[in-house]
Amino acid sequence: MLGGAAQADVKVGVLQSLSGTMAISEVTVKNAEMMAIAEINAAGGVMGQKIVPVVEDGASDPAIFSQKATKLVQSDGVATVFGGWTSASRKAMLPVFQRLKNLLWYPVQFEGNECSPNIMYSGAQPNQQIVPALSWAEQKGYKSYFLIGSDYVFPRTANLILKKHIAKDKLAVVGEEYVPLGGTDFSAVIAKVQAAKPAIIFSTLNGDSNVSFFKQMSAAGLPPTKLPVMSFSIGEQEAQAMGPSLVKDSYAGWNYFQSLSGDANKKFVAAYQAKFGKNAAITDPMVHGYLDVYVWKVAVEKAKSFDVDKVRAAAVGLDVPSPMGVVKFAANQSLYQPALVGKLDAKGQFAIEWQSKGPIAPDPYDPVAFPGKVCKLH
Amino acid sequence: MGELPLIAGQVFNSFSVASLFVLAALGLALSFGLMRVINMAHGEMLMLGGYLAYLVFLAVPGPLAIFVAMPVAFVGAALVGAALEVTVIRRLAARPLDTLLATWGVSLILQQAARSIFGAIGVGVTAPAWLNHTIAITNGPLAGLTIPATRIFIVAVAVAVLGALSLLLARTRIGLLVRAVNQDREMAAASGINVRQVDLAVFCLGAGIAGLAGVVLALLGPVTPNVGQSYIVPAFLVVILGGLGSLAGTMIAAVLAGLVSALSQIFVDVSSSQVLVLLFVVLFLQFRPQGVIAVRSRALDG
Repeated sequence: MLGGAAQADVKVGVLQSLSGTMAISEVTVKNAEMMAIAEINAAGGVMGQKIVPVVEDGASDPAIFSQKATKLVQSDGVATVFGGWTSASRKAMLPVFQRLKNLLWYPVQFEGNECSPNIMYSGAQPNQQIVPALSWAEQKGYKSYFLIGSDYVFPRTANLILKKHIAKDKLAVVGEEYVPLGGTDFSAVIAKVQAAKPAIIFSTLNGDSNVSFFKQMSAAGLPPTKLPVMSFSIGEQEAQAMGPSLVKDSYAGWNYFQSLSGDANKKFVAAYQAKFGKNAAITDPMVHGYLDVYVWKVAVEKAKSFDVDKVRAAAVGLDVPSPMGVVKFAANQSLYQPALVGKLDAKGQFAIEWQSKGPIAPDPYDPVAFPGKVCKLH
Repeated sequence: MGELPLIAGQVFNSFSVASLFVLAALGLALSFGLMRVINMAHGEMLMLGGYLAYLVFLAVPGPLAIFVAMPVAFVGAALVGAALEVTVIRRLAARPLDTLLATWGVSLILQQAARSIFGAIGVGVTAPAWLNHTIAITNGPLAGLTIPATRIFIVAVAVAVLGALSLLLARTRIGLLVRAVNQDREMAAASGINVRQVDLAVFCLGAGIAGLAGVVLALLGPVTPNVGQSYIVPAFLVVILGGLGSLAGTMIAAVLAGLVSALSQIFVDVSSSQVLVLLFVVLFLQFRPQGVIAVRSRALDG
């Protein structure tokens, strides 16, 4: 056998947007995935083989995600791929992974309503983020809801689910508005909020629009202290980038916060900040990207094979320690995880406001919004 | 809050949206009117103004930083505009398609430069305290109407810029030269006017106004490498609707587009209202292809 070291390497793909509008969020997910790979290699690799990451740039463009995924699987021959952020990028890659019989580890919370054997969905399903956040708001006594979102699949589906739940619980949706991705003018939306007088706003706005929204809300005399806002796309990193004072006192629903106690998390935060700067923010999708790599490693070692079907079968039900505590994948290839609601402080960190009683079983098809649909993969 | 204050609020909002459109579109209208040049990098002048405002707010914090930021952004954007005119546009002036492509390239280069220098994450400017309050009407038929001070400020800036520009064009010697070149480039050149210098001055002026637009935009939202992109399309729309190259037309078109956009948003969401604005422009041009105000210029005879 020639070149023993080279023979014993296993290639994996890391496919995030390193340029374009999503780069702000995805570069740090890539960092976390690369850190996990480096740690595993330092500890002896996977089944004694060194992991060689092949990094590609999805360039914030679903078409490029699909091209690069094809390239990673066909030309590079990677064993699996870690990556994706927007639902559009996932939807573009899905047929590639199904056709080429490879496996994608997807690290971001999303709208559910999808069930593919070729994707491991580690980000939250709606019943692990949106629906628990609504239960929290109902417990707090909020009776009227205003839904604001960017105009694409995640907010539209999330709001569909929210509306069904709010109607079922006999509460009121007093407004529902969509703004194009990257939209900066909220004057009309705010006028409608003022007219509708909701008790709380549920926001699925994404990216830069959040800055404009919070700026114009507070200019209109409605900062988060006066009219509470619950966001599903603002993490520590976004809060710091936007200026924590702008979003201070607003709420967010996630499954992980940088401020979580627990030694595994403290160790992870310290290791990341030692590598990427002591003020580097850690977010929920980064932790999911990081733990995906570890679950893959443990699953490969359990299956004693890199074969996709064996690995995904081995991954289900496997307890793997992570910064969020011990996690495991359910039979629908999504992750058991607790839901958290946090309130942003002046430093852009979350104070935990509420948490679910233990991990919630993932459900891609919300029973209220999509009755009768089930996801069974194993 | 009933229907009346909502409608009154939206009418006011339409003027504030129109003000942004005017500031973003004036430079395009000027350079197109005079030079027949479609400058795809115009949006990046806006972005530049925003980043300059950000830098000024860092360097001289305080309540009056905005009044330092505005001249700085104007001059900064005008200088970059000058460089663009001299190095690219002047050399391609006779070839409209080539200028279109070249300026698009410049636009991409400027966006990536901003991304490399300031990061892909947007930067923010905090409005000074005196702008950060709301005028609320508490009694009378309009009770419940609230108007943010920043929006009034933006309308005021647009009115001031329009006023200054019309004075400049109507009353000064430079204005006379611009009008002469606009009417008949060859004749103006034949009578001894340095046409190239007039082009340069007008292009700088247009870029400078876009820089100002960038400063007021920074009061409303984040400054990002692609902030210019979200305004370039409405700006072109307004220029076309207004009648290519006409300032009064540009202003009226901006108000029309602002009204359609803001009033339609009472009934539909923002995405649909953008469709309605486009539909409005298409229909309007069906009946009046020359735009709101037709410009009589030899340049169009070509």
